[in-house]
Amino acid sequence: MEVIYKHPNSLVNLQSKYCPGCGHGVIHRLVAETIDELGMQGKTIFMNPVGCAIWADLYFDCDTVQVPHGRTPAGATGVKRMRPDHLVVCYQGDGDLAAIGTAEIVHAANRGEKFTVVFVNNAIYGMTGGQMAPTTLVGQKATTAPHGRDPDVAGMGYPIRVVEMLATLAGTKYLARGSVDTAANVRKTKQYIKKAFEAQMRGEGFTMVEVLSPCPTNWQMSPIEAVDWLKGNMIPYYGLGEIKDELSTGAEKAAPAASATTVASATTVARGAA
Amino acid sequence: MSEEKRLMKGNDAIGEAAVRAGCDAYFGYPITPQNELTAYMARYMLDSGRVFIQAESEISAMSMVYGAAAAGGRAMTSSSSPGISLKQEGISYASGADLPCVVVNVQRAGPGLGGISPAQGDYFQATRGGGHGDYYNIVLAPKSVQEAADLTYEAFDLAEKWRTPVIVLADGLIGQMMEGVVLPPARDPTKRPDRPWAAGGHAGVDRPNNHICSMILDPPALEASIRTRYARYEKIAKECSRSESVNVERAELVFVAYGTCARVCLGAIQLAKAEGIELGMVRPITLWPYPSAEIGRLAAAGKRFLAVEMSMGQMVQDVRLAVADSAGAGKAKVDFFGRCGGNVPSEEEVLACAKRLLAAAKVKAKAKA
Repeated sequence: MEVIYKHPNSLVNLQSKYCPGCGHGVIHRLVAETIDELGMQGKTIFMNPVGCAIWADLYFDCDTVQVPHGRTPAGATGVKRMRPDHLVVCYQGDGDLAAIGTAEIVHAANRGEKFTVVFVNNAIYGMTGGQMAPTTLVGQKATTAPHGRDPDVAGMGYPIRVVEMLATLAGTKYLARGSVDTAANVRKTKQYIKKAFEAQMRGEGFTMVEVLSPCPTNWQMSPIEAVDWLKGNMIPYYGLGEIKDELSTGAEKAAPAASATTVASATTVARGAA
Repeated sequence: MSEEKRLMKGNDAIGEAAVRAGCDAYFGYPITPQNELTAYMARYMLDSGRVFIQAESEISAMSMVYGAAAAGGRAMTSSSSPGISLKQEGISYASGADLPCVVVNVQRAGPGLGGISPAQGDYFQATRGGGHGDYYNIVLAPKSVQEAADLTYEAFDLAEKWRTPVIVLADGLIGQMMEGVVLPPARDPTKRPDRPWAAGGHAGVDRPNNHICSMILDPPALEASIRTRYARYEKIAKECSRSESVNVERAELVFVAYGTCARVCLGAIQLAKAEGIELGMVRPITLWPYPSAEIGRLAAAGKRFLAVEMSMGQMVQDVRLAVADSAGAGKAKVDFFGRCGGNVPSEEEVLACAKRLLAAAKVKAKAKA
């Protein structure tokens, strides 16, 4: 019997420490499946960030490099420049990328560093326990915004749309925003990731996929409520899609949500390649 | 064929030595008085197809070094005092992840933005780890353009051998002055020690994944890892401490000075000799590990010390510790003379201080008698 769906080789078969309903597990899987499909497991260096996803070095079955909070794109710059033939995946959260690491992400993007950032936006600090993030929505409550994010009176600023901000930079070649709230969006997000990884290996320039992801624990919701909240509040503000696509060779626009058959056959092909 | 002697600025000589040592990747950020070094690296690294990046900040530059070192490269950054403060984050992480790298500090006066003139006020920062957590860096202190080149060249080997950041602690005077220098031979980059611990290059290699990381959340495990590192530090202390002693056996008073201050003291020793006074000097070349044994030996032999620094008195604490741990404890006197704020002490003022101390000692001895 042909196996059409299985645990990705690039992901260790381990129960994760992530909370129930957290988006990291799904996003990890999408990244791992894509690494498998591209046959890159032996040539992937995964940059695990400070934050909940610091555990990624337990889960990804490849070499990893862990860098100070926010410096992931700077560390990835050093790694990729030394190992240009490797797939370098820079996995960052919103605090890491859009607060403490703003300088690092902007300049890595502007230099056109040839690695891919998977930017997990859950509008909150997870690991430290629910503080306001740069991407926290106006009115959204956090331990450090107990009455909700207030840009005016409390001077808490506005949620940052990172991909749109980076889209102005000439070094960025592919910027997309997906979400893991529905199966269709999960599949689409995977296509974005694959397109970004392929572009990286062609050496096209800076690529990033932002992924809207639920954090039921720190949003103080059930997993189902969290997905609904993401759908009703985050997606209207953080529009989904390929925000910037200046890829050259052989890069077609990602098709709308792939059918189950397409996904299954892609998995089979990848297994053959690995 | 041996190299001919060239006339070079200290900053340029450090750059050329790094290129010859096989530096694969240099990451910098502009700051005076080390700018020539970054510009030198830009030209020579790019022309030889190696990695050069002018980073967005010193913080980023150090994390780029961390990444390049993690991927197995010979990586380096340089800066001056305020910029070195920013690099402490990455240096602490590199120590925690046991990554070899070279950090050059062409010191200027602090605190804060301070001034751009030479100083030695970063001694504590360099020799006590500098960032958060328990760790040390190997710290090398050149006194000349020649030594700046030689120690930078050697720093890469030491970093790799001991898997630790190595700091070359120069100052604005060493960086800016021109002197004759014979440069070391260019290294063959294919003849490198293996780095089985580095990230990448794992395709088709049967080995466990390499995780470059400084985080260990389990307290006993973290303690064990730190203790292992400290066992290595003990070996470093035994094998690597280095100093130069000048006229110490005949000296009535022994200067202890490194870098630029050692040059000043050498001048003071010559002036003293012309007056019939015998002075000597211990010049630490490694600031960590500190050459305590040589100071201890002289303390036990009844020598007195005068630490001379371009600071308000930092290294002098290590002199006192070395004396306290020696057979001369409680007997060997340690005094301090320093200038700060970017002022280099003159040979005359250092000599005057030494003479004052010797005269006071004689009066005291007479009073006792």
